[in-house]
Amino acid sequence: MTEHKTESNTGHNTALLAVAGISKRFRGLAAVSHVSFEVRPGEIFAVIGPNGAGKTTLFNMIAGAFAPDEGSITFAGERIEGLRSDQIARRGIGRTFQLVRPFPALTVEDNVIIGALMQTKTVHDAEKIARDILARLDLLDKRAQIASSLTLPDRKRLEVARALATGPRLLLLDEVMAGLRPTETDRIVATLRDLNRDGVTILLIEHVMRAVTALASRILVLHHGAAIAEGDPEHVLRDPAVVESYLGAESL
Amino acid sequence: MTAITLNIIVQGILTGLVYGLMALGLSVIFGVMRVVNFAHGEFTVVAMYAAFLLFDMLGVSPLLSLLPIAAAFFFLGYVLQRALVEPFISRAEHEQFILLVGLATVVVNGLLLIFGPDAHPINLPYSFDSYTIGPMFIDKVRVFAALGALAICVALFLFFRYTRTGTAIRACADNLTGAGVVGLNVKQLYAVTFGLGFACIGAAGTLMATIADASPGLAPAYTLLAFVIVIIGGLGSMAGALVGGVLIGISEALAGFYIQPSMKSMFSFALLIIVLVLRPQGLMGRRL
Amino acid sequence: MTDIWQRLPTRGKILCLVLLAAAIAAPLVADRYLLSVLILVFYFAYLGQAWNLLMGFAGQLSLGHALYLGLGAYTATALWTLFGIGPWIGVFVAIPVAAAAGMVVGWLGWRFAIEGVYFALLTIAFAEFTRIGFDHLQITGASAGMFLSVNSPGSDKWWNLGGGPLLYYYLAFILAAAATLLVARLRRSPLGYRWLAVREDPEAARAAGIDIFRAKMIAMLISAGMTAVGGVFYGFYYRNLFPSQVFDIGRSIEIIMAPIIGGLGTVFGPVVGAVLLTPLGESLTALMQHFGVNTPGAKSIFYGLTLMVIITLQPSGVWPWLARKLGLDNRPRP
Ligand SMILES: Nc1ncnc2c1ncn2[C@@H]1O[C@H](COP(=O)(O)OP(=O)(O)OP(=O)(O)O)[C@@H](O)[C@H]1O
Ligand SMILES: [Mg+2]
Repeated sequence: MTEHKTESNTGHNTALLAVAGISKRFRGLAAVSHVSFEVRPGEIFAVIGPNGAGKTTLFNMIAGAFAPDEGSITFAGERIEGLRSDQIARRGIGRTFQLVRPFPALTVEDNVIIGALMQTKTVHDAEKIARDILARLDLLDKRAQIASSLTLPDRKRLEVARALATGPRLLLLDEVMAGLRPTETDRIVATLRDLNRDGVTILLIEHVMRAVTALASRILVLHHGAAIAEGDPEHVLRDPAVVESYLGAESL
Repeated sequence: MTAITLNIIVQGILTGLVYGLMALGLSVIFGVMRVVNFAHGEFTVVAMYAAFLLFDMLGVSPLLSLLPIAAAFFFLGYVLQRALVEPFISRAEHEQFILLVGLATVVVNGLLLIFGPDAHPINLPYSFDSYTIGPMFIDKVRVFAALGALAICVALFLFFRYTRTGTAIRACADNLTGAGVVGLNVKQLYAVTFGLGFACIGAAGTLMATIADASPGLAPAYTLLAFVIVIIGGLGSMAGALVGGVLIGISEALAGFYIQPSMKSMFSFALLIIVLVLRPQGLMGRRL
Repeated sequence: MTDIWQRLPTRGKILCLVLLAAAIAAPLVADRYLLSVLILVFYFAYLGQAWNLLMGFAGQLSLGHALYLGLGAYTATALWTLFGIGPWIGVFVAIPVAAAAGMVVGWLGWRFAIEGVYFALLTIAFAEFTRIGFDHLQITGASAGMFLSVNSPGSDKWWNLGGGPLLYYYLAFILAAAATLLVARLRRSPLGYRWLAVREDPEAARAAGIDIFRAKMIAMLISAGMTAVGGVFYGFYYRNLFPSQVFDIGRSIEIIMAPIIGGLGTVFGPVVGAVLLTPLGESLTALMQHFGVNTPGAKSIFYGLTLMVIITLQPSGVWPWLARKLGLDNRPRP
C-alpha cells in the first residue's frame, strides 16, 4: 500500500476538498469504507478502480446525493457532508452523472441555461454563458436539438456543459469519456485541460487510462470500497497492488 | 368502552373487510404494474348494479352471484388491460392516470345515464335481521359480506403463494427485467393481474350491494376510499389493504354514529393525512 | 415583455393581433348565447393556465384544483354577502387563502416525498375534505349553498361585479390574456427554467443547484392564487355556490381538460384547448336540448372520451402539432 501523503503534503487550509474517513454501506455491502484524500485547488485529481469499486458512491456522497454513514467532507473550509445536493451545488461543486441525465424534453441550450442560472439572475446572461460553454464543448450547432435526440457522446458532452455552466470551483466528472472514440477523447481532454487552466479544479473518475495519464496530477485507486493507493501517476500506476487489482484485469 | 361503542366498532370492522377487499384489488394492480386504477370505485359500483340487476330481475341472491360476477369482472379487467392499459404501461405516470380518469368519467356518467341518480337497494328477506351477541346487535348481511370478503382475500393470498401463475406475478412485481429474462410472458401476467384486481372489485361490489344502496354518486367516493385505504395500509401490501380497510371501517362507523354520517369521510381523510405525515410508506408498506 | 413579442415569428405576431382584435370586437356581433360561450372559453383558458403552471411546467399533477377555486369563490362571495366587502377587495383575501391551502397541500406532500400519482391523490383528498367541511359550515349556508342577488340587466355595477354579460366577457378576456402573458413571461424567467428542470429530472435539477421543494412550492403558490381569482369570477358570475358543485372532483377535472387537450407545458396550449373544447361541449348540450334529450351525464361522457382519445393518440396535445402546421414553431433555428 502506498503512503498516504495527504497529511504531510497539504495542510487542511490549503485543500479545496478534504475527504476524511468516509464510508457508505448498502444493506451490509460496504460500497465505500474509510476513504480519505484531499484535492488541492487548481489540480486535476483522478479516482480509478475496477467496476463496483465504489467510485460513483464516493462522488454521490461528495455531491450530496446521499450522506456518508461516517466521516467528514470539507469543501473550501466548510463541512458539507449531509447537506442536500442543491446546497452543495450552490457552494461550488458541479457534477455529472455516470448514467447521463440531461433534461430530456428540453433543448440542448435550455439544458445549459438551467445550469448557468445558478451563476446569474437573468436569463439573458445565462444565455450568454450557455453559448460560451456550448461552443467550448462543440455543441453550439446542436443547441436547438432536443436533448433526448442526441447521441450518447453528445449527451455526455451536454452533461459536462450543464455542470460547467453552474460555474463550479470543483467539477466532478464521472466517466465522461467512456464510450467515446479516441479522437473525441482527445478533444475532451484538451477541453478539460483548458478549463483547468482557467482555474477549475477537477475530480474525475475515469477508466480511459490515456485520459487519466494525460490529465491527472494525482490518482486515488479504490478497490472494494477501500483506497489502496494514492499519489502521482508514475508511482501509482506502477504499484504492484494496483497493477494486480485493476490494471492487470483491465489488460490495457 | 361502552357496549354501544363496541357494537359500532364490530360493525365497522365487518364493513371494513369489504372495503379491504375492494382496496386489495387496487393494491394488487399497483403492486405489480405500478398503475393506479383511477376507475376503481366506478367499477365497484358497476358490480353493485350487476348484483342489483341479477337480484331484481332474476331473484338471484348476491351471495350466489358473487362468484359469477367476480369471474365476469376478471374477464372485463383482462380485456381492459389488453385493449386499453397495455399501451400505457411504459408511458408517463400522469398519462396513465389521465387515461383512467377519462375512463372513470365515462363509466360513472354512463351509470347515471342508464340508471339515473337514485339509489337502488337490494332488499333481501334477512336484510334487517341481526344476530344478538351479548349486548350487541350485529347485522346479518354485514356478517355475510365480511365472511365473503375474507374468504376471497384468503383465496387470493393462497393463489399468490402457492400457484405457478401467482408466483410468476410476484416475480414480475419484484423484478421486471429479471422476469422477462427468465421467459415469463409479462404482458400475459399483467393482463391476469389486472383481471384479478377486477375480480376483487366484482366481488367487493357484489358484497357491498347488500350493505349499501347502489348509486352512481358512490363511485368517486369509493375510488377515494380505496386510495385512502391503500395508502394508509401501504401501497402494494396485501395485508396492508385489509388492515387499512378495517381501520377506515371503524373510523367511518364511529364518526358516523358519534358525529354525523355525512362527515365520516372527513375523518378518513384526516387519518390519511396523519399516516402520510408519520409514516409515508403506509402502516404495512416497505420503506421507500 | 418585448422579449416574448420578438420571439414570435411575423406570422405569429399577425395572428396574435388579429385574434386579440377579434376578441375585443366580438361583443359587437355576438348575441347573448355566443357571448356566454366565449365567457366560458376565456374562463377555462384562464384556469387552464393556472393549472398548467403547476403540472405543465413544474410537473406536479394536481387533481384537486377545485379546492382553490372553491376557496376563492367562497371567500369573496362570503365577504360580499356577510360584510359588504366587494370582490375587488375580496379577491386580495381570496388569493392568500387559496395560496395558503396550496402551501399546506404542497408542504405535506413534498416534504414527505409524496410524488407523482400519490401527490395527485393527496390533492383530491384535500379537496374532498374541504367539500365536506363546507357542507357543514353554517355561516356559508352549508350544503344549501350561498346566493348572490340576480343581476338586473343593464346595470353595469362593475364595482361589485353585478353587471351584465358584457362586463363578465371583458373581465374573462382580460384574465385569460393576462394569465397567458404571465405564463409566457414566467416560462422565460429563471423560475420557469427551474420548473422545467424539476419536471424533467428532479435529481439532475438538484445537481444544478435548484432547491426543488422551493421551486414546487412557488409553483403551487402562484397556481393556487391564480385559481382563486378564477373562483372569485365563478362566484360572481354564477351567483350561487354549492360545496358539492364547486369543490367537486368533476370541477377539478374540468379545469385540467383544456391544457391537456391543448398541450401540457406550452404557453398557448390551455388557450387552444379551451377554444376547441368549450364550444364542442356547448354545442353538444345545445344539440341534446334541440332533440329534447335531457341526460345529465352525456357531456361528461364526452369529456371522458375526449381525454382518453387525446391521451392515447396525441399525448402532447393539439397545440404543438398545430403550431408546426401553422409555421409558428418558434424554436431557435441552428
Ligand atoms: N443506491 C445503491 N443501492 C445499493 N447498492 C448500491 C447503490 N449504489 C451503488 N451500490 C453498490 O455499491 C457498489 C459500488 O458501486 P459504485 O457505483 O460506486 O461503483 P463504481 O466504482 O462507480 O463502478 P463502475 O466503474 O461500474 O461505475 C456496487 O456493488 C454497487 O452495486
Ligand atoms: Mg460508477
